[in-house]
Amino acid sequence: MFLEVKKLTKRFGGLIAVKEVDYTIEKGKINAIIGPNGAGKSTFFNLISGMLKPSSGKIFFKHQDITGLPANKIAKLGISRTFQTTTLFEKASVFENVVVGHRLRTKTNMFDALFHTPRYKREEEESKEKALEVLKFTGLLDVADQVVANISQEEKKRTAFALALATDPELVFLDEPTAGINPDETDKLSELIIEMARDGITVCLIEHKMQMVMQLAEKIMVLNYGEKIAEGTPQEIQNNEQVIKAYLGGSVSA
Amino acid sequence: MSILNKRMIMIILILLAVLFPFIVPNQYYIYIMSLSFIWIIAVYGLNLVAGFTGYLSLAHAGFFAIGAYAMGILTTKAGMGFWLAFILSPIITMAIGLLIGIFALRTKEHFFAIYTLCVGYIIYLLIDKWESLTGGVRGLIGIPPIPNIGPIELSNPVNRYYFLFIMLLLSIFIIYRIVNSLVGRTFIAIRNSEDLALSLGISTTANKLLSFVLSTFFAGLAGALYAIFIRFLGPEISSTIIMFDMLTYLIVGGIGTFAGPIIGTLLIVWTSQSLQFLEDYRMFVFGPLLTLIIIFSPNGITGFFKHLTVKRKMRKVSIPIETKKEA
Repeated sequence: MFLEVKKLTKRFGGLIAVKEVDYTIEKGKINAIIGPNGAGKSTFFNLISGMLKPSSGKIFFKHQDITGLPANKIAKLGISRTFQTTTLFEKASVFENVVVGHRLRTKTNMFDALFHTPRYKREEEESKEKALEVLKFTGLLDVADQVVANISQEEKKRTAFALALATDPELVFLDEPTAGINPDETDKLSELIIEMARDGITVCLIEHKMQMVMQLAEKIMVLNYGEKIAEGTPQEIQNNEQVIKAYLGGSVSA
Repeated sequence: MSILNKRMIMIILILLAVLFPFIVPNQYYIYIMSLSFIWIIAVYGLNLVAGFTGYLSLAHAGFFAIGAYAMGILTTKAGMGFWLAFILSPIITMAIGLLIGIFALRTKEHFFAIYTLCVGYIIYLLIDKWESLTGGVRGLIGIPPIPNIGPIELSNPVNRYYFLFIMLLLSIFIIYRIVNSLVGRTFIAIRNSEDLALSLGISTTANKLLSFVLSTFFAGLAGALYAIFIRFLGPEISSTIIMFDMLTYLIVGGIGTFAGPIIGTLLIVWTSQSLQFLEDYRMFVFGPLLTLIIIFSPNGITGFFKHLTVKRKMRKVSIPIETKKEA
């Protein structure tokens, strides 16, 4: 298994946000996690990416136990993520924002920076090349020199993708990638996600837009009140009684 | 183009600073300018942690005082040689900064500011009360002047001015290299969003500590320079008044900008000089100025001009700039 989660639980005081969830992600596939508001989807993401420590349960990435590792170490292992609200540096250019994404693969320290050592020069180049590569991949080369404050919401989302990709990830978690974006742009982002998967990156996303999830995902998990209530292909999920009752409210295309 | 312009401005500024003692052959003005250089170094240190990393350290005057007192005590009480003490003072400041940083950086935002404000005050109290070491309120006197370097007499105010100017240039050079490297970008990423930085695989704890310790280095260096320049130290150099002076220089010049510390410090120090006749009522000028800047240009004067150039670029942009990427 690529990523394997065993009986993952997170308690916030008396509230159980995620309750004994078993979950697996296969390499190369597009996975989705859906569920009503407050179902614990984001918490689940935060647990895997190391932003939160689980109360109990285990997480394995490529058979390595990563439970409770700090977020930066998990990123180094090849798990990257985006956030619901994009937190970019608005006053800097798209390019400048993305350059730091490759930092975790570099070793430049104070002395390299002070004396412009060969390592400094090499890694500075590497980071810039990486930034250009991911900007090209996400279709942002045209706006690379623009200040983030001046680009569209969709381009900001793409920039966030580019940042996540600059870390050289094998697995990318996308937390509501199309929140606050119109349908046309949503399609474009879907294409980008498919592109990513085709490039060999495993994707896992949280999404509210049902149509998009049903088209994109090969495997879906449904959370409700922190518990997994269903898991399977889009068809299986659409026909699942419990899911319809809990989430879709009887209308699949809602 | 803009890089060329920046370089031109830098060369002109350096030339002006070099020629200053000839343009204005006034002892008092040279003295004020020399002192400004010391403050600029200290403000650059503050800018590193507060401006680029987003952690508003209010213990900076305290670290400035530690550097100054280290220099003073090592030379007067420990009888250490001048240059050794001069090298050791910033290092001592860094060591204390490291210890304090480990604890202080467990807090964030306002809590960090309040915590460091308290640290600054504790440093002040220590200096004020530990009479056997610091001389307490009576102060520390008898700090030796800068010895001559070869044939260059540093007791001469003009030569001393150049000595401080070289120190300033060195500090700016170091800061410039840090800020414009992956190390600096890492600091900025932390300021921007710690969660995002973490998810990008950046160890925020280690990098915040690095930034904090570096900032104390410049505070300590500025402090040591102050000690040998003024040659008398009192506990008030660690007071919150000095702290907020530095912060005012930084905010007016532009927090988180590269030119901010120079612009802010020179502007306020010199306006303050020309408003000398108003005495404490000068605050009637600085208070509203500070408020206006915080409201209308959160990145100070530098930020204001940057904003203008970005706007002008915006108007011109119709063709995306491709040249740089292909290079």
